[in-house]
Amino acid sequence: MKKLDRNQMAARVARDIPDGSVVNLGIGLPTLVGDHLPKGREIILHSENGVLGVGPRPGPGQEDEDLINAGKEPVTLLSGGSYFHHADSFAMIRGRHLDFCVLGAFQVSTAGDLANWHTGGADAIPAVGGAMDLAVGAKKVLVMMEHLTKKGESKIVERCTYPLTGARCVNRIYTDLAVIDVKADGLHVVETVDGLSFEELQRLTGVPLKRMLTAA
Amino acid sequence: MSQCNAIIRPLVIDKFFASAQAALADLPNGATVMIGGFGNAGMPAALMDALIAQGARDLTIVNNNAGNGDTGLAALLKAKRVKKILCSFPRQADSWHFDALYRSGEIELELVPQGTLAERIRAAGAGVGGFYTPTAFGTKLAEGKETRRIGDRDFVLEYPIHADYALIKADRADRWGNLTYRKTARNFAPIMAAAAKCCVVQVRETVELGALDPEAIVTPGIFVKRVVKISASLQKAA
Repeated sequence: MKKLDRNQMAARVARDIPDGSVVNLGIGLPTLVGDHLPKGREIILHSENGVLGVGPRPGPGQEDEDLINAGKEPVTLLSGGSYFHHADSFAMIRGRHLDFCVLGAFQVSTAGDLANWHTGGADAIPAVGGAMDLAVGAKKVLVMMEHLTKKGESKIVERCTYPLTGARCVNRIYTDLAVIDVKADGLHVVETVDGLSFEELQRLTGVPLKRMLTAA
Repeated sequence: MSQCNAIIRPLVIDKFFASAQAALADLPNGATVMIGGFGNAGMPAALMDALIAQGARDLTIVNNNAGNGDTGLAALLKAKRVKKILCSFPRQADSWHFDALYRSGEIELELVPQGTLAERIRAAGAGVGGFYTPTAFGTKLAEGKETRRIGDRDFVLEYPIHADYALIKADRADRWGNLTYRKTARNFAPIMAAAAKCCVVQVRETVELGALDPEAIVTPGIFVKRVVKISASLQKAA
């Protein structure tokens, strides 16, 4: 079996973003998706701090401290891009104007519940940012995460043990092992990485998985 | 709470103040203060320095974050002048002053999802008494809150956040207080200006009335009380 690395995961997600989409990429791993969007597709990236049409990272010395993304990294603006205040930005999110958001996760449940903001630990300082708004607002919520924890436990679970970000909000899960759709009747495996059988993925994941009718 | 009026000369509305110190001189202990900015973009650094020097205590602060590094809001926290903070994302790699106060129980945190924070601020400025949002339904952050099913979705009732002062940064202003911003430095500033009784703005440049394109004014002067020009070299945190 050949696990995907972070860039391969990002490229896999990027492949599924259709031409003409408006997309918000979460902080961290999901931001990498922006580097892998297929050339020739016109895709508008939204960043919740108040920009549509986020462009690539600026070159060395070209950074502008007034032009950053939600991860507070310097970015550029594409032709056609625009700036707006926070209430408008979250109206775009909450008002269902974004086609996709890509979020990281600690856990996703078989029902599509998402946990990605807080470990719930007594000494942990919580921070939620825009995750709860994106989880309820984007037309499609894509999650991108490693399939297993460092201890080898599945992050796809029957019920999330970490505090929820949103209930029944995830549409598709991209991991370093598989692509899985969350549907009303359960989890459907769309594809697995080279050398990983459905049976082995099922064994690693624990919760019941279904095979897609059409082969990937 | 103190009066917060622009200085009115005969027939002249002039919101320009000579210094950040003068613009914040009447900010009292116990005030609720909104601070614009998302990271360093839009952070009113000169106003923050003036607030720290001014000495007001027991403040309630509204900002997206809870201070970065050792300057600005982080320095205000370090000086133990803040009793409560409302924000969406306190925990960051460089939020050590907040982290220490939170762990020792010296600061109260109201964690608010970022879009709910923005809309609660907007609601205050717009005179809205509350609103139902789908955000956070079924999560810890909605515990104890009133909920309602509208159509086929569940919503959480949220209330406006009003403030005594808003400290924001804009790019250009005229003496009526009309403002333009620069790129993503806009972030929370327009909605905070409207939500506070007294909005104090630091700007890079002041211009004559009529110099700002009316089509490009983002914050109309009605929401602004005081404007301070800060020279470019002082725009960044000390």
